[in-house]
Amino acid sequence: MKDLLGVIMLSGIYGLLSASFFVAMDAVDVAFTEASVGAGISTVLMLAAITMTGRTENPSRHKPLLALIVVLITGGLLIYGTFDMPHFGSAAAPVHTHVAPRYINDSMQEIGIPNIVTSVLASYRGFDTFGEVLVIFTAGIAVLALLSVVRSPDRMAKIDSLNDSMHGEYLILRIVAKMLIPFILLFALYVQFHGDFGPGGGFQAGVIFASAIYLYSMMFGMSTARRVINQTLVRLIAALGVLLYGSVGVVAMLNGGNFLDYSALSADPVAGQHLGIIVIELGVGLTVASVMIIIMFNFEGRRDNLQNKDNEEA
Amino acid sequence: MDNLLEILSAAFLLIGSFLCISGGIGILRFPDFYTRMHAVGVTETLATGMILLGLMLQMPDAMVIIKLLFILVLTLFISPTASHALAKAAIKNSLKPKLDSEDNKERI
Repeated sequence: MKDLLGVIMLSGIYGLLSASFFVAMDAVDVAFTEASVGAGISTVLMLAAITMTGRTENPSRHKPLLALIVVLITGGLLIYGTFDMPHFGSAAAPVHTHVAPRYINDSMQEIGIPNIVTSVLASYRGFDTFGEVLVIFTAGIAVLALLSVVRSPDRMAKIDSLNDSMHGEYLILRIVAKMLIPFILLFALYVQFHGDFGPGGGFQAGVIFASAIYLYSMMFGMSTARRVINQTLVRLIAALGVLLYGSVGVVAMLNGGNFLDYSALSADPVAGQHLGIIVIELGVGLTVASVMIIIMFNFEGRRDNLQNKDNEEA
Repeated sequence: MDNLLEILSAAFLLIGSFLCISGGIGILRFPDFYTRMHAVGVTETLATGMILLGLMLQMPDAMVIIKLLFILVLTLFISPTASHALAKAAIKNSLKPKLDSEDNKERI
């Protein structure tokens, strides 16, 4: 396909479809994230990118035959590799015999949380999750370093007049968005704090929260969104989330446990686990949501600057 | 009572599936963008409503029914809005509807 808009729409549809097959395979936690990132956030970001680069693909000057052969060989090898894998759902698969039985049998006594996914993610694998949060935080910093631009402050009068003139055209979309956004935010908070008992947790809540903000800034324009959301505050929150996560580990060490050993947080190990998981999930949610918001504002800010330059030259 | 609920829910599900299929046929067979969108936009809202109603009648659990109700309300808001946005985007990009007779064309 030469039309990049079509490619982006297809990838969004693919994201939604993969969310539904994650649901079919009982991985609801992953499906949450995939639905909001694959179908929502990444689509918006790619749309923002093609508004700057143009809608059609450049004609390629080299023959794609070699690439096709490489892809075919690699794909063939990968499919050949799957023949050695155990059958889907087989009880003898290594993944079901290594640590999974322990998680399933003992996590209720050790952690006391009905959603095993959360206890694996936040407690047994707390260190890995800390790494993931750091990766997201680093991505936010990288986007800031590469794309952030010094903005001339928007003139208030201009923004207000722009909003009034656009109100008629986008009236229905804006009203519906206004009705939906509070519920999306509420749902994000529910996913955040209900992550111990049902599917969800910090990552899911963070991306759902961020997608509500994305929706708002798409409907009401970036300059309005910039007035609503304080950029410095968002950056602070992104760092605060990582700090919160790390300090839970440090507090556990000070109480005589290992790093991120939540049992040391309280006299009762299970209560300590509950406390630790709630706090680190909050840290994850804060970082993920604010990094997503940072990425969007910097992507869009660059386009605004381009447009401003065009206007001045014209 | 149970039988009645089963029959009602089956009827709702059948109507919903029929509407889904007719929307699918419409998007393949109709001549231009606006008629295709009309085929999907109109049937989809009703079809999801019917299917959700049919599922609600099968559920003994009040919590599940409430969740399905939430989904129903959300789709009632979202899918007409999506159709509206699509149609508006098309007309803004000066995609003319395909018209049958000549005198209609002059009016647009």
